[in-house]
Amino acid sequence: MNAAEINALIEPERVHRDVYISQDIYRLEMRHLFSNTWVFVGHDSQTPNKGDYITTQIGDQPVIMVRHSDGNIHVLYNRCPHKGTKIAIDRQGNTGKFFRCPYHAWSFKTDGCLLAIPLKKGYENTGLADSPNGKGMKSVGAVHNHRGFVFARLAEDGIDFDSFFGDSLSSLDNMVDRAPEGRLEVSGPPLRYMHQCNWKMLVENQTDTCHPMVAHESSAGTAVRIFKEMGEPQPRPAAMQIIAPFMSPYEFFEDMGIRTWPNGHGHTGVNMSIHSNYDAIPGYFDALRDAYGEDRAKAILDENRHNTVYFPNIMVKAPLAQLRNFIPLAANRTLVESYVYHPVGAPRQLTEMSAMYNRMINAPTSIVGHDDLEMYERAQEGLHAEGMEWVDVRRLYTGPEDFEAEAVENGTTERQMRNQFNAWAKFMTATMGDATSVAAQ
Amino acid sequence: MTGQANGRITRDDVIDFVYNEARMLDEGRFSDWLELWLPDAIYWMPLDYKQDDPVGATSLLYEDNFMLRLRVERLNGERTFSQKPKSRCHHVLQRPFVDVFDPETGTFQTVTQMHYVETRLDEQQLLALTVTHDLSTSDNGLRIAGKKVELLNCDAAFGNIQLLP
Ligand code: FES
Ligand SMILES: [Fe+2]
Repeated sequence: MNAAEINALIEPERVHRDVYISQDIYRLEMRHLFSNTWVFVGHDSQTPNKGDYITTQIGDQPVIMVRHSDGNIHVLYNRCPHKGTKIAIDRQGNTGKFFRCPYHAWSFKTDGCLLAIPLKKGYENTGLADSPNGKGMKSVGAVHNHRGFVFARLAEDGIDFDSFFGDSLSSLDNMVDRAPEGRLEVSGPPLRYMHQCNWKMLVENQTDTCHPMVAHESSAGTAVRIFKEMGEPQPRPAAMQIIAPFMSPYEFFEDMGIRTWPNGHGHTGVNMSIHSNYDAIPGYFDALRDAYGEDRAKAILDENRHNTVYFPNIMVKAPLAQLRNFIPLAANRTLVESYVYHPVGAPRQLTEMSAMYNRMINAPTSIVGHDDLEMYERAQEGLHAEGMEWVDVRRLYTGPEDFEAEAVENGTTERQMRNQFNAWAKFMTATMGDATSVAAQ
Repeated sequence: MTGQANGRITRDDVIDFVYNEARMLDEGRFSDWLELWLPDAIYWMPLDYKQDDPVGATSLLYEDNFMLRLRVERLNGERTFSQKPKSRCHHVLQRPFVDVFDPETGTFQTVTQMHYVETRLDEQQLLALTVTHDLSTSDNGLRIAGKKVELLNCDAAFGNIQLLP
């Protein structure tokens, strides 16, 4: 496929089903979109000490995120330059001063450079030293650590970090600022939830404000009913704080507002959100005020953004210090990893609230998650139906849109979905040329 | 149910209780199952292998009576889309170990190895469980004071687990 064919899949108010169901498109996404954009890798508190590493994926690419001996985070392809063996397969560990391949013991410094090869004289005058394989483990194109959040661009050349994210970093910043000590620490392993659907359905769902009161009626609506039957006891059950706001009326979600930024980023909850009315946690405001002063502390807490999408494939909830990573495994298969962080210096109760939200909403055992997954998987199957090949994203579309300009609109618009597809086409085709074929990928 | 409020609880009563609870779940008698729980009991399913802090890090489940009731009433509800059609489950139990047996204080603890099968449409999954029951005597006989369900593969990526392992 060439750039023109990719662009033909995206129209202003609708997208072709192939972006969800075609495995050829998925492969192109992995080679282009996930190579040209800045993709989340991990949080630096997952690798606090030298030699600490985690293994993960950027798109379909296996990588290792490791803390090098100089204290910096490196991201290396998880592939031995000898025969291709994965260097590490545990999800996390400490490798000491170097990685050692378990097959023939080639070893590498934690920045990837070749350290030693056993019986090295066998490679004299073979040209290995001058070949890419003789240099060591390959690094990704570029790495950037933004206040603990590590992103990588696979491509050697391309858009720089700040240009890619721009003002959207305000959500990540608010999440970190909410820690009195100005830093976060990962709190336990992520939930891992397998979805038999395309990764973009999950990303779109993050700003889909017209589904909670419908798809989640069975959980949120039932919670509200039981609470009433109980005579509305105070303090309200913990679940009521978290689940009940999903039943807010359409007007609430309209008033919440949606903001879009260039390059596919955007968030719900501009004016307020379903996270605005949580009970205050004793001692938290005091800790923030001591760290920042009264005015700044108030300003930090007044920002109650709901879901911020960082294109292409993560979402953060700043008020709850949560991050969800939608890892694309195939056109019809997505692994969702949902992390909770502890805002350092804040009462533990805050993190307990985040952990509760995570298990109630994002877990494979969650009565809320069950209905979301049901919708995605039904859509993944339904899209194969012949006779209608386009998916509609025109809600509150009023004419040509300029996604290079930040915009704030009615909270039920699908503009953010359109913004994502605009960025999708841009970064899919950025390095594609006109004559690229799938076979040549 | 077995276990007399005023009579003496035997080891068989404790073991029968665990079997009967699993049978209720397998037969879909969720409302009856809710009656087995004491008001302040918690159903805990850790996310991490050997997790010790259930609330400071994410668990798969850490459900109080309100959440369990919500879960059961949702299963019975009309617009529960992920349960159209409904799932079915099946427990196979090894004989429970009775690790605490104290009829004087009415305190009992069992540990039971189980295989749990859940199915819906063409999908079926198998989970290996280690289930710890804390049981207490109440006016209604034995009741659940706490239940911890540890999944052997708790760190694996799952699709929906919709019923109650
Ligand atoms: S494959 Fe790694 S050393 Fe041979
Ligand atoms: Fe949802």
